[in-house]
Formats: sequence, C-alpha cells, structure tokens
Amino acid sequence: MTIRFLGKILKNPMVLASGILGNSFDILERVHENGCGLVTMKSIGPEPRDGHKNPTVIDLGHGMINAVGLPSPGYLNMEAEWNDLENRDFPLIASVYGGSVREYQMVAEFVSSKSPDFIEINISCPNSEQHGMIFGVNPQSAHDVVSAVKKVIKVPLIVKLTPQALDIGEVARACEDAGADAICAINTVGPGMVIDIESKMPVLAFKKGGLSGPMIKPVAIRCVFDIYKAVKIPIIGLGGITTGKDAIEIIMAGATLVGIGSAVQYRGIDVFQKVAVEMDVWLKDHDLCMEEIIGAAHREG
Amino acid sequence: MLRVEKKIIENQTHATLFFSHALAFKPGQFIMVWIPGVDEKPYTVSFHTRERFAITIEAKGIFSKRAISLEKGDLVGIRGPFGNGFDIRADEQVAVVAGGCGMAPLAPLVETLDKKTMVIHGARTRECLLYPDRFKVDRLFCTDDGSMGHKGLVTELLEQQIAAGKHFDMVYTCGPEIMMYHVFKICQTHHIPCQVSLERYMRCGFGVCGACVCGSRVVCKDGPVFGSEKLARMKDFNAKALLKSGKQVDISQYFSWRCKS
Repeated sequence: MTIRFLGKILKNPMVLASGILGNSFDILERVHENGCGLVTMKSIGPEPRDGHKNPTVIDLGHGMINAVGLPSPGYLNMEAEWNDLENRDFPLIASVYGGSVREYQMVAEFVSSKSPDFIEINISCPNSEQHGMIFGVNPQSAHDVVSAVKKVIKVPLIVKLTPQALDIGEVARACEDAGADAICAINTVGPGMVIDIESKMPVLAFKKGGLSGPMIKPVAIRCVFDIYKAVKIPIIGLGGITTGKDAIEIIMAGATLVGIGSAVQYRGIDVFQKVAVEMDVWLKDHDLCMEEIIGAAHREG
Repeated sequence: MLRVEKKIIENQTHATLFFSHALAFKPGQFIMVWIPGVDEKPYTVSFHTRERFAITIEAKGIFSKRAISLEKGDLVGIRGPFGNGFDIRADEQVAVVAGGCGMAPLAPLVETLDKKTMVIHGARTRECLLYPDRFKVDRLFCTDDGSMGHKGLVTELLEQQIAAGKHFDMVYTCGPEIMMYHVFKICQTHHIPCQVSLERYMRCGFGVCGACVCGSRVVCKDGPVFGSEKLARMKDFNAKALLKSGKQVDISQYFSWRCKS
C-alpha cells in the first residue's frame, strides 16, 4: 500500500494523530512497527506547560472527550527527544502550537532545524484559551499563522484544522494561499461537556473538552468533503476512523492519507495494521485502487 | 460514582477507604479515583471481595491528603479497573516483596495465592508497616530504624532467604522503583522469574494519551505489572520517566516531583 506524500514514500496511508501516544521515540517507533506509515508527535509549545489537572480523558463508549490541555516540555527543552529521533527509520510529523503568530513562527523555526519530515501546525486544539483553536476558526488568522511559519521552515507544512470554523473550506483555502502543503482535518469536535449528576459537576477538570472517536466521524467526513472542494493540496482525513471501511469513506470524501487516534482504545495499538489490511481487502474486492477513490464522492452522480 | 462506606486509619499517614461495590478485578489492577473538584489519580486496589473493595492512601500531596480526610458517605468517581494485573501461574512457592505502601497492590495478590507464599515486608518504621495482622502466610519484616524485624532492606532479607536454600518459582514485588530494580537484579542473578508493579504519571488510564510511557510500553495498559523478560529490555526502568509536561527526566527527579503533588 505504499503511497507518495509530499515527496516522501510512506509504507501505507495510515497516520498517527497528534496527542495519541506520541510522547517519546520508543512509543512512536512502536506505533510505526504496528502498521502506521506516518506518526505525529505530541504538539510542541513555546514554553513548559503542564496541561490540565485530571480528569482529562473520559471514554464515553462511542468516542471520547478530552481536555488534556496541550502539555509540553517547551520547544527548547527536548534535546534528549530530538537526539533519540535523529536516527529514526520512520517518517515523522512534528506538531507545533503557539499563543501568537510570533510564537508559532518561533517554535516552528526551531523544530524545523531538528529535521522532522513534516511540520503540522495545530491551529485547532480547543483545550486552551490562548492557543490552537482560536487561530483556526477564521480564514484571516489561519492565513497569518501559515504564512509566518512558511517563511521560516525547511520542511513541508501541514495545517490541522478545527471543525469549529464557520466555513472550513474557506479556512483551508486561506491556508493553501498562504503556502500550506497539506491539510489535516479534523481536530476534536465541540468543545463538549459531561456533567456527573451525582456530584453535580462537570467531569473534566477544564469542564469542557474536545470530542473524538466514532461519534464524530460524520463531522470529519463532511469537513474533508468541504475542504476537498476548496483546495488542491492533499488532505489527511481524521476523525472517528476505526475500520477499513471508515478509511475508504474518508478517502472518498477527499483524503489522501487516513489518521487514527481514539481507535487505539477500541482496537488496540495495532489498529493501524488492521485498518490498512481491511482497506486493501475492500479495494481488491471492488477491483479498485487508492488513486481511483480519492475524492470519488465528488464525482459520482 | 461511589460513596465511601468505611474508613480505616492504618497509621498517621495511611488510611484505607472501603466501597460497597462489586468490582470485576484481578490483583495488581488499578482504578482512577476522582475527588470532584480536586483531581483524579490512579490507585491500586488493596482489598477486594465479591461485594466490596478498598484503596489505601498515603497522605503525601494535595490529592492524597484530601483523600485520607474523606469520610463515610463522601462521593468519589471511579474509572476502571485498568491494567493487566499480576500473572498468577501454577507455581509452587513464591515470594512477595513489599516496600512501604507497595504492600497495598500486593495484599489482594497474597490473599488470592493458594500456594506456599513468603511475604517480605519492609517500611521506614514499625508504624508504617501496612496490615500487620492481615495475612496467614509466613512473613518477614524489616524496618529502616530496626523498630520491627530486621534492621535494613527487603533485598537483604530476600538474599538471605535464597542463600539459606529457600526456593522460589516467582517473586512478586512492589515498592519504590529503585527497590524493585534491585529485587529484579537479585532474581536475574538467581534465575528466578520476577514481576514488578510500576507507576508513572497517568491521565487516561487506558493506553491512549501516552503520559505514562516507560520505554515503548504504556504503564497503564501494558502494565502496571511487568515480568522479567520485558524488564530486561526496558531501558527506562529505574532510569527515566515523564513529568506532567511530558518532559523526560531521571527517575529520582520524577519521584521527588511526584511525591509533592
């Protein structure tokens, strides 16, 4: 299932979503060994940040709600991690976030010097008041961040978008105009909330959190569909993907690569391998190849 | 959500909270415990029957001090049980080596084992030895200050037992990581299989967020119990851990940070 993406050959189109497992070289390598063509690191920020108190992650069965809150050692405090990653034999996306255009630029420039294969800018996490999502909800601020980052990095640029944008196609187009090489959609949905009725309190310490997993797949499909209509750059489709058929569905919406996060909980760390095989079987059964089905939902009828 | 059914004060710094609830549980598993408005932390189950279970808390930081001040009727949230639990095999003779409040996760194991079991139990002082009258098996005690049993370390007692010709098919251990590391090394030297119970800072508790990584393993799902084969290849064991921010630090720095929170 090898596939070419922004100049790199990947062993398959599976991507590890940022924020799932990617805290160390060892775990990233393990995910790659479990059938994931392209792994994404946990988002890196401008300064040391602990994230929120617990509870931060709750499994609701049909998906999850989380407000982990962007913990990061800070981009200047990860020398050991970059040393470990230097001799990796797998492709890597480094995710970055900031609290201002300048911070995104600063973090991205530094991270780029560590030679990840791609940089993904996180303008979509809903779990901080000052970072992430506030930059991705409208086309102008998305454009500002992307063009500032594009000036200073030496690797291809992916932008991860939020479904909270009023018009995600328009945001994607602004990113493409500013020089983005690919779009990753979507980050978590909401924010949502769960209240425990016995204590009468929201369960998450941050009270609100982003939704992920099977319950958000229709939102992800619609967003990827809208983005594909708006841009020519490739899309990493992500949000509630659990099976090969889900992956085929988001590819037909317009995705070139398929990301997985929450499904690690529902199908194990080797979900990447399982889904890749299931996609392969479906394609063979239908006598189709990947290239034929990317964006197929736009061409039918 | 569960209400505290009973509280037993074990000593000045430890208390056990009981819940009347049928928990599907294997010794060595843990639960995430939420005190609404405070925080949520992992605790191993220290007592278990079909109708009740308990957790034992050592008052160290903000959360644990709040936890031991809970009274009958107070509300806590429970997620889990999570984790793999101890691998109980058809062994003939086993040793259970407990350091400090490492006795808590080992206690239900001791009560489950139906074979020749020797418990080697160490703590700072006599007062800190948990559940002194609880088990019916052979027990050797040691304390740092000599106030009970041997004056010294559990590893010394373990080595003495092995040197005296005692045979063990398996050693189960829990306690400070440096202690477990030395127990593991003694077992390696004498070709005795060993299982340890690790801990790391946790968030989700079920293997997706990566906060508790140790090498390529996630302690909450691949562990918290790890056997000799995995430990031999686990370079972060007694070496490195992640802080809440995800920053990788030396194990001693991790534990001095963790005991304050």
